[in-house]
Amino acid sequence: MLKFAVRRLLLLIPILLGLSILVFLFVRALPGGPETALLGERSTPERAAAVRAAYGLDRPVYEQYASYMGRVAKLDFGVSIQTQQPVTEEIGRRFPATVELATMAILFAVVIGIPLGFVAGRRPSSWVDNLSTVGSLLGIAIPVFALGFLLKYLFAVKLGWLPGTGRQDVRITTEHPTGFYVLDGLLTGDLPAAWDALKHLVLPAVALGTIPLAIITRITRAAVLETGNEDYVRTAEAKGMTRSVVTRRHILRNALLPVVTIIGLQTGLLLSGAILTETVFAFGGMGSFMASALFTRDFPVIQGGILFLAVVFVVVNLLVDISYGFIDPRVRAS
Amino acid sequence: MSGDAGVAVVDEVPGLVDGTPLLKVRDLTVTFSSRNRTTVRAVDGVSLDVAPGSTVGIVGESGSGKSVTSLAALGLLGRRGVEVGGSVEFDGADLLHMPEDELRAVRGREIAMIFQDPMSSLNPVLTVGRQITEILERHRDLKGNEARDRAAELLQSVGIGDSLRRLRSYPHQLSGGMRQRVMIAMALACSPRLLIADEPTTALDVTISAQILELLRLLVAETQTALVLITHDLGVVAGMCDTVHVMYSGRIVESAPRRALFAEPQHPYTTGLLASVPRMDQPRGNPLLPIPGSPSDTLPWSQGCAFAPRCTRRVPESVGCPPPLLHVGSRAGRHLVRCVNPVPSP
Amino acid sequence: MSLTAGADLAAGSADSGATGEQAAGLYRDAFRRLRRSPTAIVGAALVALFVFVAVFAPLLAPYSPTAVDLTDIRPGVFPGPSAEHPLGLDQLGRDELSRIIYGARYSLLIGIVSLSLGAVVGLALGLLAGAFGGWVDGLVMRLVDIMLAVPSLLLAIGVAALLGPRLLSVMIAIAVVNVPIFARLLRGSMLAQRRSDYALAARSLGVTRGRIVLQHVFPNSLAPVIVQGTLALATAIIEAAGLAFLGLGSADPAIPEWGRMLAETNAFLASAPLLALWPGLAIVLSVMGFYLLGEALREALDPKLRR
Repeated sequence: MLKFAVRRLLLLIPILLGLSILVFLFVRALPGGPETALLGERSTPERAAAVRAAYGLDRPVYEQYASYMGRVAKLDFGVSIQTQQPVTEEIGRRFPATVELATMAILFAVVIGIPLGFVAGRRPSSWVDNLSTVGSLLGIAIPVFALGFLLKYLFAVKLGWLPGTGRQDVRITTEHPTGFYVLDGLLTGDLPAAWDALKHLVLPAVALGTIPLAIITRITRAAVLETGNEDYVRTAEAKGMTRSVVTRRHILRNALLPVVTIIGLQTGLLLSGAILTETVFAFGGMGSFMASALFTRDFPVIQGGILFLAVVFVVVNLLVDISYGFIDPRVRAS
Repeated sequence: MSGDAGVAVVDEVPGLVDGTPLLKVRDLTVTFSSRNRTTVRAVDGVSLDVAPGSTVGIVGESGSGKSVTSLAALGLLGRRGVEVGGSVEFDGADLLHMPEDELRAVRGREIAMIFQDPMSSLNPVLTVGRQITEILERHRDLKGNEARDRAAELLQSVGIGDSLRRLRSYPHQLSGGMRQRVMIAMALACSPRLLIADEPTTALDVTISAQILELLRLLVAETQTALVLITHDLGVVAGMCDTVHVMYSGRIVESAPRRALFAEPQHPYTTGLLASVPRMDQPRGNPLLPIPGSPSDTLPWSQGCAFAPRCTRRVPESVGCPPPLLHVGSRAGRHLVRCVNPVPSP
Repeated sequence: MSLTAGADLAAGSADSGATGEQAAGLYRDAFRRLRRSPTAIVGAALVALFVFVAVFAPLLAPYSPTAVDLTDIRPGVFPGPSAEHPLGLDQLGRDELSRIIYGARYSLLIGIVSLSLGAVVGLALGLLAGAFGGWVDGLVMRLVDIMLAVPSLLLAIGVAALLGPRLLSVMIAIAVVNVPIFARLLRGSMLAQRRSDYALAARSLGVTRGRIVLQHVFPNSLAPVIVQGTLALATAIIEAAGLAFLGLGSADPAIPEWGRMLAETNAFLASAPLLALWPGLAIVLSVMGFYLLGEALREALDPKLRR
């Protein structure tokens, strides 16, 4: 098991190296180089030269890459043009919000998707199955931000049931020791604050979680349908096991194996979808920060953000792979 | 022997036993229908008896309906697109119309099954021990250490040493032969009165398969369990079955006590099967003769003998109306054949 | 030889295995099944409608997508559906229906260009890796792994940001996302085909490697590529909308691109929700069309489901 984890970890190294080169080249390839990107219309030959020197662009490429890697190793992605703060600090401040949102979104997708997919798979062509098929199709076909608009318009603007912007009511001023607002409210004993933060999460989480929900439902359905035809399920039936034991122990446990992998793969969707969702709901996380960086061409933030999110994606997938080893004895052994 | 058109000639029941049969199958039909309205009759009026403690072989090519017969009898075919007709009685109780809960109580306890591929038939994410103890929990109310110890005993009885450690193994950690031994241990866990083994050795190496067959033979003899052995391989039934039924295209075409079948095969299909198997009791020089054609070249039984398109002894009477299953010689000989032009005895 | 060697000889039917001819049979078969599948019919109808509207936009649209009708336009007022303008006017007084109709052109254009660009590069890489194996395979697959390590929308965002707000950047950005997907798909499928029995049989008959790959392996590996291509058209429309929302689409406000039209309505959602509905509906229906068609193709081309 340990060997398996270590080997998967080693496989990460070339991918991360490749990623760093890709992002390094990204900055080199900017139209007019970073000096134009950084200075824009304020650019003068003197200023451009100063920036080129500051970025070491007058040195050979391999030296540039080495010093860039040195900075990345120190988690130094430069300074944001919008806020004039170090990019690393900005990311650190905003990332908890995105994690909170993504967690809620995937929770929403898993809690509804697995039971729904399971029922649909056990009763193909029933009304539950047909409804979930149509629903999943709609969920995949609606652009994330459009669904966000729709939810916001219906539940925040028209009905006024839930808040449609921000992470917490502006009148609430509590401590934020972790940056996860719901958790912060619970930790500081301020339950109304936690409840308010939770309410602010509902609409963005539903918007962000809908595509994962559709995918998880479909995959669960297919896996349950396929597992139901496996020989070992017939064996369990032949052993006279009760219906509920056959369902839980023999079908569900095996059907969930592919679903776990799929849940891991949703991380990428959640992280990039957060850029859209957070913008719709003015949810002050990493995603809306990235989006505003795109509008203002804040390249240090775009560069650092993409590298950071890609690393998170890769690491989460690694964790999912390893956890897969725990639930599937065949992977553990090989 | 030929039935006149228009006069219904009733089939004799193969393997009819004196006294009460343990398993009594009458006119079993299984029809599969798929979405685009094509229906396939996999089993077409099969009747047979199994006496308590006896060993019965059902032989046929893939697609002859032999496996479907056993699955249908235990209600294991699922409900979608499957229609089962006729009757199956176990110890006087009608299995086909039994409420599902009761049937589940019979399966695994009174009637057990072993399947062809022990790899895919064992749950890959549960330990071997768990898969044995769950059946003891279900039918014997054994729990915890009691169940574990009994499971270890069972593994020992099928020839798996170091059984306490083996209980913690997963199926993929065992060899093919071992896995099939586990399947046998599971099947015999509750001392069933009937064991159905569906191609139990097809997926195994020749040497291993001989060991598994020998183990099966010893265990059923020891525990007085009736065994229905389903196989495509006449060599497998030759060593252990009291009675053999040969199936072709969903019907029994010949049925006889083992000796009679091997000594005086009547149906051209049976002789074809025998000629295609190497035999110890024939001179070495005898060539193996394959049956011409493939199992898909059949005639619907309603239009005559299904084997006629491949048969070398085909006569005009083979086609037209279905041949009935009738006695060869005296009733006491219990030798039945479904053929208008049977092979003469040597 | 022992007794158990069995009647398999008798039962053995001649299984000749798949060949190039059978690959053609696969597609004929698939087509026959497609015509019976309701999923395929609905999907194909939606796709046909979408393509028809895109191709004949100038004939179908009542107005030019850029013509401005200012008679009823006042700040904050959006004239709704009327006899002259069935879907109303947008915030700049342009006919919404005409813009939706012309929008189909841009979605189709973005989809086809990004798909062909991405698929050609991806398939070339996949063919290279699948046909040669060894270090070529290793190199290509590492590159693919790195590209897949960036979540797809993020990759598109990065590329689009790099190339500046133009329609072409959007196409290239989505094409880049398609590259690793197609490369991995074709390579995986070819590897499976190469190991298959018929490829072995062909090799044992002395057929050269290049011939096996081109005549047998490649055609048989294409089925999943066709499915993925259809699904990629759906994804392209969704991703283009996302990019437009982030201001990474075309900078020219005259271009009636659905994603951009939808994104722009955010500002006046409360006063004119219908203006968000039309482009939203257009996106959803066209995406659903390609998606349904893709799913139906997947089912029709899946050899496991052939009976």
